[in-house]
Amino acid sequence: MSDGLLTLQGINKIYNETSRHPVQAVSDLNLTVAAGEIVALLGSSGCGKTSTLRMIAGFEAVTSGEVLIKGRPVHGLHPAKRNVAMAFEGYSLYPPLSVAENIAFALKSERLDKAEIKAKVTEIAHLLEISDILERSPGSISGGQQQRVSLARALIRKADLHLLDEPMGQLEPQLRALLRGRIKHFIKQRGLTAILVTHDQTEANALADRIAVMEGGFLQQYDTPEHLKDRPANLFTGTFIGEPPMNVFPVQAEVADDLIKLHLEEGVSLSFPAGAFSPRLKDRLLLEKQFMMGVRPHAVKITETGQPAEVFANQWLGDQTHIAAYFAGQTIVSVRHDRARHAPGQNIGIELDAGDLHLFHSDTGAAFSHGGGVE
Amino acid sequence: MDHMSPLERILRAVALALVVLFFMFPIFWIVLMSLQTNETILRSPPSMAFVPTFKNYAAIIAGRLDSNVASMSIQFMGNLMNSVILSVGSVALALVLGVPAAYAFARHKFKGSEDIAFTLLSFRFAPPLLVLLPLTLYFQSLGLANTYVGLIWVYQLICLPLILWIVRGYFEDISPDIEHAYRIAGHGWFATFRKIALPLAGPGIAAAGLLAFIFAWNNFVFALVLASADKQPVTVGALAFVTASGIQYGQIAAAIVMSIAPTLLLALWAQKYLVEGLSLGAVKG
Repeated sequence: MSDGLLTLQGINKIYNETSRHPVQAVSDLNLTVAAGEIVALLGSSGCGKTSTLRMIAGFEAVTSGEVLIKGRPVHGLHPAKRNVAMAFEGYSLYPPLSVAENIAFALKSERLDKAEIKAKVTEIAHLLEISDILERSPGSISGGQQQRVSLARALIRKADLHLLDEPMGQLEPQLRALLRGRIKHFIKQRGLTAILVTHDQTEANALADRIAVMEGGFLQQYDTPEHLKDRPANLFTGTFIGEPPMNVFPVQAEVADDLIKLHLEEGVSLSFPAGAFSPRLKDRLLLEKQFMMGVRPHAVKITETGQPAEVFANQWLGDQTHIAAYFAGQTIVSVRHDRARHAPGQNIGIELDAGDLHLFHSDTGAAFSHGGGVE
Repeated sequence: MDHMSPLERILRAVALALVVLFFMFPIFWIVLMSLQTNETILRSPPSMAFVPTFKNYAAIIAGRLDSNVASMSIQFMGNLMNSVILSVGSVALALVLGVPAAYAFARHKFKGSEDIAFTLLSFRFAPPLLVLLPLTLYFQSLGLANTYVGLIWVYQLICLPLILWIVRGYFEDISPDIEHAYRIAGHGWFATFRKIALPLAGPGIAAAGLLAFIFAWNNFVFALVLASADKQPVTVGALAFVTASGIQYGQIAAAIVMSIAPTLLLALWAQKYLVEGLSLGAVKG
């Protein structure tokens, strides 16, 4: 995987390194982005995603490690020489110029004639729904419009790599949904390579081919959206990806020849036929006495016969119901796509399928089983 | 401001008028004095009724100071010219040196950068007299005493820290990402400085330049010690009106009017840039 368009090798970024309070923003990051791929850096604030983006662009120096663009180390190379385009989170439009001029100045170095520049600006403005504000000044348009201008300025360029820092954070939900599709189509159609930084997993899922989940400066998992959901590498990714978050319970296993019992707290235990788990997982469960069990809310079934739980909240979100209940000393959330009538205080039964369980080490948080198999 | 009762409006106008009167009255009085002879100025009680005369201005422009005792020549017009040369020269030099330095201090934090910036500011803490005596000795042995170059050099103690610190603040207010966006489109750092940073900080630079000009124009003690008559600015030149045969109030007043006129006109002209400079905050987005 070292022949990618962008390769990050052992990147560390420490701010205020010589001061008394150094801050490690990025730790030993390895990442490869293939040509034509859209990659999302996903994480909460301060996870190191924007620092990573700025190191790729060349606005921040790497403390150690190597950034390679097209196999070429770019250490010490000015941003202007890296042939990357970037949309900034703070928009960074140039106030004295009109919107159209702001977009066009990104094209200056490509030495196009006026008609070509105008055609390109018109096209990208149409794509991002800013055709009607091209002659306005940046100070007179809304935050969402400024953000789209900033995005247009980055996408219009013919660069090796397009870096998009929170490209849609300020947009209204309807517009966001519309533009996600358009932008993805635009990037894919032109074969551009893009890295977007976001804290919105819907955006990451919709746009990206692969998602790098970051937390505390460490890369937690780098995988396709499907794998992140179905095979989270650790407890962090498991609970971070997915809305509402995964339900997690501490569990002890009791393995018999024909039956496997998972003991939760408060005397709740789940029984599965031995055939539901692979033989290797059974061996593993004998070793792992105590571990964490995760199950996605969509997989939590409410039945008459399941383990006892008591409903305490029922939220109808317009297209799905979130039912929260006390279960095994904790809260369990179940999602249903019909309008469930379970009222607070009502006793229900919870049923979980072996195929929906994710098992994690209790110390390291690393996943060792998804859906009854072994990692 | 939009919803004021008529009473509030009137009180506000009265208050503003009082403030204007308080600050403008000395200037108004000086202008009146400059149009009178010494005799009418020194009347008791003073009166606003007099026959205006331009004799004071004529005497200053002609360079002859006539009193009822004697007649002597003064070089007030030469002093005025010196003031212009020294102020314009030192502000120009301070802008050329200070603006790039301010940009460097604002954008590139390097080891010791704060210390250097603070040292430059600290030049303004020291009373000028502290450095004047050694400077006089140096200047004499270097041949810089009584030269425009030497004076403009010393005036950097006034202008450079002022411009450096004010302009640095303006550069810091500009989001670095605006420059980053320009640089990543393939432009070098110097083009970015010239095309993006300078125009955005323009009103701030104008304001700082104007302030430095006023400080340089009003400086007294450097020129008093380091220059002799032919290089002295108006601030020092005005001393010539205090003569053995009395103080020529009318001519002093005329000289004051003529010496504040350039800075006053400059300030009035630059007013719109100053206002623009103060409302530049919009850049932050």
